Amino acid sequence: MNVQRKPVADPGFEENAKKLTPEKIERVIKWVLEKEADIRLKTFVETCIHCGLCSEACHYFLSYRRDPSYAPVAKIRQTLWDMLKRKGKVDAESVKMYARIAFTECNICRRCSMYCPFGIDMAYMLNLVRRICGLLGVVPQYLQDQANSHMYTYTQAWLAQDDWVDTVQFIEDELRMEIKNARIPLDKVGAEVMYSPHSLEAKFKTNLLSNIAYILNVAGVDWTMPSFDGWDSTNQAMHVGDNETMGMVERMHFEAAMKLKVKKIMTSECGHSFRAAVYDGSRWLGWKEPPITYLQPTQFFYELIRDGKIRIAKKIKEPVTVQDPCSIVRNRGLGGMLRSIVNWTCEDFRDVNPRLEHNYCCCAGSGVINYGPPWKFIRMEGGRVKINQLKATGAKIVITPCHSCHKSIEEMIHYYKLDMRVMFISEILVQNMYVPDEMRVNKTRDEK
Amino acid sequence: MYEFLTSPQFYDFLKGPLVWIAFIMFICGSIYRVSSLLSKAKKVKVVSKYISLKYTLRSILHWIIPFASTNMRKHPWFTVVAFLFHGCLILTPLVLLAHNDLWYDAWQIRLWSVPEIVADIMTLIVIFCVVVFILRRIVTPEVRFVTVASDFIVLAIAAAPFVSGFLAYHQLFFDYKLMVAIHILFGEIMLIAIPFTRLSHMLFFWLTRAYTGSDFGSVRHSRDY
Repeated sequence: MNVQRKPVADPGFEENAKKLTPEKIERVIKWVLEKEADIRLKTFVETCIHCGLCSEACHYFLSYRRDPSYAPVAKIRQTLWDMLKRKGKVDAESVKMYARIAFTECNICRRCSMYCPFGIDMAYMLNLVRRICGLLGVVPQYLQDQANSHMYTYTQAWLAQDDWVDTVQFIEDELRMEIKNARIPLDKVGAEVMYSPHSLEAKFKTNLLSNIAYILNVAGVDWTMPSFDGWDSTNQAMHVGDNETMGMVERMHFEAAMKLKVKKIMTSECGHSFRAAVYDGSRWLGWKEPPITYLQPTQFFYELIRDGKIRIAKKIKEPVTVQDPCSIVRNRGLGGMLRSIVNWTCEDFRDVNPRLEHNYCCCAGSGVINYGPPWKFIRMEGGRVKINQLKATGAKIVITPCHSCHKSIEEMIHYYKLDMRVMFISEILVQNMYVPDEMRVNKTRDEK
Repeated sequence: MYEFLTSPQFYDFLKGPLVWIAFIMFICGSIYRVSSLLSKAKKVKVVSKYISLKYTLRSILHWIIPFASTNMRKHPWFTVVAFLFHGCLILTPLVLLAHNDLWYDAWQIRLWSVPEIVADIMTLIVIFCVVVFILRRIVTPEVRFVTVASDFIVLAIAAAPFVSGFLAYHQLFFDYKLMVAIHILFGEIMLIAIPFTRLSHMLFFWLTRAYTGSDFGSVRHSRDY
């Protein structure tokens, strides 16, 4: 195995690996592979016949010009097979290599499971590798910082609770310049829906929270948000393999909804927070499905438009395409609803190929978006197949209901110098939905 | 060595006790492997609670019908080779006239058998496919990267009864008596190997597909093919 990779100076890898001892490494590997891993690991490892048919499922493999070391099975070979063969007796350098593969060369997108003749769940196995590296502390520094933020502030972005309330109040004030008597109701007990934003929407992307408030006010939805901890839907601890913190975050989230006695939770236009609540978090807490109806905005907006609560005043004329976020399309089948919304709001929709659950990952999923400047190049290079796919549609606008997809594709558009832009569904709706004259203060945003 | 392999005692041992041992180990080993996996999987709630018969069958059907899954359509030649190989590997020993005659001698039962020329072609198909698999392991970079010695051993175990059977039937290169003894021995090794080597994918295919099919169908609301 001669695998060459560009060296990256991430203190999360370099410095933390120096603190490891062979005993600690062995103890953690044995704990995870022998105690925590279930029968799936053994069955998958023994059933895999090393046919390599999963290779073409992986966007890294395709983007890196079919470099065999990026094939899904090759990643398992370089990590789990190695640990199993050496019975956990590996050195810190190997742990760094496992971490590099599991964190920066796999987005846990699960596309490979659809291409394996045996349906081997490679994402499950690479999640085990992330768990091992997470317990050993060998994690990209930026990602670990955000997981730590969840432990201290219950949000991803080191936001204190008073910052949150303050932010909501100023967003409400600003919204009243557009919508008469607009309200962002906090702590409204018994509301229909609790909106649970991404913490960045309360930090430097407040326009997104404002957009959601705009839509919900115009559509007359009975909604609320908690003023107390548990409002943030994000969960970076899940990506670090820190299941304990992940469970705590989700528990707080569900408990906030229970305290407010709401009927549903709507997460922000985010993929991973939906996955954390619906799968990883719920299962960790012992629920088969989330204990409360959990909606992604794609589904919620689809229902609002379908039921006539949101009316579309005009359609976008420019050619548009979509990016199916793995967490909500391959992992929840919301691709049809996404396309319905796009067809209702845009005149010239050009679908991607491959589409729906076969779509390529944006190369930013499962925390990869959060690794900071040292790792930006992996998204730019690993996303080559993604951006080529979008380019081939000839669209000018990419619509995607996911923060990671949004940011990564936006950066790739810059990197590859393309004439495109990315939009959330909420942005499309705010620009194009019908607002009754009696609700308008002056002019709507796009008329200004 | 030659005397030993061609001796009537060894031949009787191969045709008698070792057949019983091979079949018992194959059947009991398979039952043990599958039942121990099922009992362990039952305790894993994130697996057992989501299993659905409908999605299991949907998944299996899409992966045992040629070209019913996206990946098979992406690799048409490999799909043809893989289906021919597995089909002939399983069917040839069952429909071969000589095997049926042996069962008839022993228990007065026989299956439908094909003309010998057809069985001959099926055998050649298996051998040809194994050669393709070996070449693919050496030539295709993504397959070579994950190939280990046991991959070739498993292929050899599967190919050996067919190669030796073909040589024996046509009395090529080696003495018939020797080749037929080796053929029986290889067949028995293969049966014993199924539950205890990665040939166990024959048993586990159905179970891993049940897991992934159910996971994709009932949990993720999408297709796994």
